[in-house]
Amino acid sequence: MTEVKMTVNGREVSGDVEGRTLLSTFLRENLGLTGTHVGCDTSQCGACVVHVNGKAVKSCTMFAQEAAGADVATIEGQAGADGSLNTIQQAFQDYHGLQCGFCTPGMVMSAAALLKENPKPTEAEIRNYLEGNICRCTGYHNIVRAIMAASGQDVPAVAAE
Amino acid sequence: MYNFDFEQPASVEAAVAALQAEDTLPLSGGQTLIPSMKQRLNAPAKLVSLTGIDALKGVSVDGGTLTIGAATTHATVAAEATAYPALAALAGGIGDPAVRNRGTIGGSLANNDPSACYPSAVLGTGATVVTNAREIAADDFFDGVFTTALEEGEIITAVKFPIPEKANYQKFEQPASRFALTGVFVAKTADGVRVAVTGASEEGVFRWTEAEEALSANFTPEAVDGLTASADGLISDLHGTPQYRASLIKTLTKRAVAAA
Amino acid sequence: MPKDHGIGASPKRREDIRFLTGAGNYTDDINIHGQAYVHFLRSDVAHGTINSIDASAAEAMEGVLKVFTAKDFEAVGGLPCGWQVTDRFGEAMQEPKHPILAEGKVRHVGDPIAAVVAETPEIARDAAEAIVVDIDELPAVVDMKAALAAGAPKVHDDLTSNLCYDWGFVEENKDAVDEAIKNAAHVTTLELTNNRLVANPMEPRVAIGDYSRGTDEHTLYTTSQNPHVIRLLMGAFVLGIPEHKLRVVAPDVGGGFGTKIFHYAEEAFVTFAAKVVNRPVKWTASRSEAFISDAHGRDHVTKIELALDADNNFVALRTDTHANMGAYLSTFAPSVPTWLHGTLMAGNYTTPLIYVNVKAVFTNTVPVDAYRGAGRPEATFQLERVVDKAARELGVDPAELRRQNFIKPEQFPYDTPVAVSYDTGNYHATLDTGLKMVDYANFEARAAESKARGKLRGIGLAHYIEACGIAPSNLVGQLGARAGLYESATVRVNATGSISVLTGSHSHGQGHETTFPQVIAEMIGIDESQVDIVHGDTSKTPMGMGTYGSRSIAVGGSAMFKAAEKVINKAKKIAAHLMEASEADIELADGQFSVAGTDKSVAWGDVCLAAYVPHNYPLEDLEPGLEETAFYDPSNFTYPSGAYFCEVEVDPDTGAIDILSFNAADDFGNVINPMIVEGQVHGGVAQGIGQAMLEHAAYDENGQLLSGSFMDYAMPRAADVPSFGVDHSCQTPCTHNPLGVKGCGEAGAIGSPPALVNAVIDALHRGGYPVEHIDMPLSPSRVWNAIQSVK
Repeated sequence: MTEVKMTVNGREVSGDVEGRTLLSTFLRENLGLTGTHVGCDTSQCGACVVHVNGKAVKSCTMFAQEAAGADVATIEGQAGADGSLNTIQQAFQDYHGLQCGFCTPGMVMSAAALLKENPKPTEAEIRNYLEGNICRCTGYHNIVRAIMAASGQDVPAVAAE
Repeated sequence: MYNFDFEQPASVEAAVAALQAEDTLPLSGGQTLIPSMKQRLNAPAKLVSLTGIDALKGVSVDGGTLTIGAATTHATVAAEATAYPALAALAGGIGDPAVRNRGTIGGSLANNDPSACYPSAVLGTGATVVTNAREIAADDFFDGVFTTALEEGEIITAVKFPIPEKANYQKFEQPASRFALTGVFVAKTADGVRVAVTGASEEGVFRWTEAEEALSANFTPEAVDGLTASADGLISDLHGTPQYRASLIKTLTKRAVAAA
Repeated sequence: MPKDHGIGASPKRREDIRFLTGAGNYTDDINIHGQAYVHFLRSDVAHGTINSIDASAAEAMEGVLKVFTAKDFEAVGGLPCGWQVTDRFGEAMQEPKHPILAEGKVRHVGDPIAAVVAETPEIARDAAEAIVVDIDELPAVVDMKAALAAGAPKVHDDLTSNLCYDWGFVEENKDAVDEAIKNAAHVTTLELTNNRLVANPMEPRVAIGDYSRGTDEHTLYTTSQNPHVIRLLMGAFVLGIPEHKLRVVAPDVGGGFGTKIFHYAEEAFVTFAAKVVNRPVKWTASRSEAFISDAHGRDHVTKIELALDADNNFVALRTDTHANMGAYLSTFAPSVPTWLHGTLMAGNYTTPLIYVNVKAVFTNTVPVDAYRGAGRPEATFQLERVVDKAARELGVDPAELRRQNFIKPEQFPYDTPVAVSYDTGNYHATLDTGLKMVDYANFEARAAESKARGKLRGIGLAHYIEACGIAPSNLVGQLGARAGLYESATVRVNATGSISVLTGSHSHGQGHETTFPQVIAEMIGIDESQVDIVHGDTSKTPMGMGTYGSRSIAVGGSAMFKAAEKVINKAKKIAAHLMEASEADIELADGQFSVAGTDKSVAWGDVCLAAYVPHNYPLEDLEPGLEETAFYDPSNFTYPSGAYFCEVEVDPDTGAIDILSFNAADDFGNVINPMIVEGQVHGGVAQGIGQAMLEHAAYDENGQLLSGSFMDYAMPRAADVPSFGVDHSCQTPCTHNPLGVKGCGEAGAIGSPPALVNAVIDALHRGGYPVEHIDMPLSPSRVWNAIQSVK
């Protein structure tokens, strides 16, 4: 076991890990931050996406020790201190961009990374950027609309008028 | 996965020294190695991470040569290899955004997955692979599926690309993995045209020499019309027959020439 | 103006807050103090005889608590099958034992042989690798027709063959159908497969068993769509634990799509093992493990013949299907290709004579069971493909051929020749809506534009029917179901007027926590925030059958409605007492009880308080309290229907398909929450597109799964699908449930595959490539191969 230290959602944390301890395992098991989900073992589903030093990564495909000293952001750190949803989270609720919720943390973190790189993405850019995030419930339609809305672009209302 | 010791040296020398230990593997972005370790297909006693070595990172241009540090991520190449747009575009199409933030050019080349994108750019450009010990020409580097000219303990430090007059990469994605079902990299330089094909052959990346000759004489899509890529030795799997891949090689070559 | 509350409004989902902040409580998020972990050693061969299992090295490893094999389960039962099909000759289907751990033989890749319980998941896996299993590999049967050939290897040695059943429906019609087809003016024939799929909810399955010596109580936390069904099956048939000592909890569940209906070996294992090792035992499936242990879906091979008269009227239909059961009978497997499939073969049409033959076959593959749509997609696909082919052969517009043969609005209720009675529908209306949505009239101009770019454009249509809201218990009992299919609800009014609804339905993405309160709020006239839904815990909710078959609102919602009606009726009695009026004069609106024709009123909350603080209360006539339970058993299925249109562009050089538009015009009857209904259609359509062009659980001839991870099993991604057009303005309410609802969960997955395939075939024909059929998935290589075959 090796002690690893990092900053997670602005808080200094540490824990004992093995070489094989994945960042996702460290977050879920050591820190109890179970919002980061694991939906596959081939680095494709993206339910585990977190930000490491500001970049979206798949936390199931990175060892905890590789994140030593890093600044890590997870879904648990996205809402305001008073619990209010951030712009992206609120848009996902407003536009029904989630159903079972399992892929949602990774979707929100990927969306945040996209909007940092590209504040006004087109529909095609959003769809292409989500290549590494699989959702089985929504058919992506409302996820795309939520991200459009979060970027301040016009989106038709969700339900039939 | 099996447990292992983790080491993260800060210099190439320290990494090379650490790699002398038995059952030790270098770890770069880990986007292929870690999934294979989860499946217990790889069981190193020690992993030596190369991502802590600043000397292995970065994109630079010197005259007609673009040099990329081995531990440079795909995302960085996509953003910074502006002097070689076809290469930047290729890097921007590997995996997905999160994978591109971790995966590196050196890791991809050392792994030499038969469906990876980078080998086609290196072979298609006639690039030079620089290691801690020597420089290896692209034509000598790739040595069949998942095999390269790298010796045990030898690590890639950089890749030097001569910037071509024109180039383009056409990737036809395997629908599940999003690796190349077939990918064709075409580059035109003063010395002629190179055409490198990935994803198609059981032997890994290869050059389509007939197309190179035809395109060196006449760099237009029509120059390829009369040619037929051979289906011999091409991959047959759930996603396509050898004949299908042969057809894709020709179609993608024409599209690459048109887009270059 | 759209409504802003109650039935028909689209309030934001309240469950989203926890899912969006990482505060969901999925089964893998639960850790119990002292828990151990299990790893299953699974067969890597499809068929073999187990000669010996030597676990001594594994048992000696530090951190290993116990290694289990079949011997440890001699005293318990196998996994039960919940549906018995009777064959054409009146005989019961062949039903093999399905042990928790393999007994003597392994029958598919992934069949569990042994299980290691250890201190950590990694130790358990390390130890499982140290178990030495001596297996003599046997020839595997994978292809269904080969499995039925004389001399084929038998999956189960104690059965007479690999034939589970040979089912004929309606058997009495067989000769008449044969005769009609022989004498028809035109017969269109099509042979096709319905590709095997893996449901792949994003949350892999997890199970945690916990046992209390102090109370002799077992608790199972599991990723289930129906915790009461699991408790019943596992308690009564497998482990022999009475219900009052067994609690099953299905907390937040990350998608189900059918594959989390069934009772699985891992659930029984952790429940059993927790008592043996006296520690909680946790199992978390990896995705790779899910591919070889979750029940698969579909996998039919069919020949269908449609006979028409000289005026293009459908006169008879005959289908012949082989349905793969896999190596064992999963919980509801036998019902899927029979009662959920044959009964839908009339589609939307007046075809008077129909005969369906289904041979269910055992093979050395993972068991196959219900997956979103379950039988109805298989029926719809073959029917809507053969109708399209008939239109082409006859040179008529496919939309008009359908319209000509539709059941007309005035013909409802309509008794089909395949035993079901459609209560309501208006297929002309959904078709017309769909035609407008896709601008059918201007398609030719769009096709010409594509052609100018070297692309082939095509348009495809499918019109589906489905039977939802399963279903009348007495009917399904006659058909072989070994369970009732009612639903339950308790409406528990609290002293200050807030309400907890305990429901047997289970939400794993459907949004019940938001929609169910909309109904209660509408009925009483109080704010939705005053109503909460409790589900997913057998210790809290009355016995209910869970969520599948688009049944939650139609059956579970109706149960809730009935319970709420009882509550309101009692509350009216209390209100009458408080206002010293006659009960018959009491009206309830906007949360106020009033006396008709007067200005006297009393608020909902005051009546509730009176029920629990019964100082001024008719105690001699009425018990205190305000809590009622209802069990609702429907009298019929519900029958949603709709028109689905897909427009595609095919690249003839690569075979790649680009979906340009996808439009769905559905009739779901009354709609509680349009936002959620549309989301259900979006998700269903994406899954149908996945089946039609991406997904395939493919086996090689040795029974190895070739697409055993997301590296080879192509899941639909955001860029594979377009934005969808959806419409549910055509509403013919269900006549036999109190809410007039039909259910919307499966429609998208049912209507979309034939629409997409029809579009691609249309594109190829228009492009000069007369391809009659391509089996799903329509991968680029398959489309390219088809083009080459007609060049």
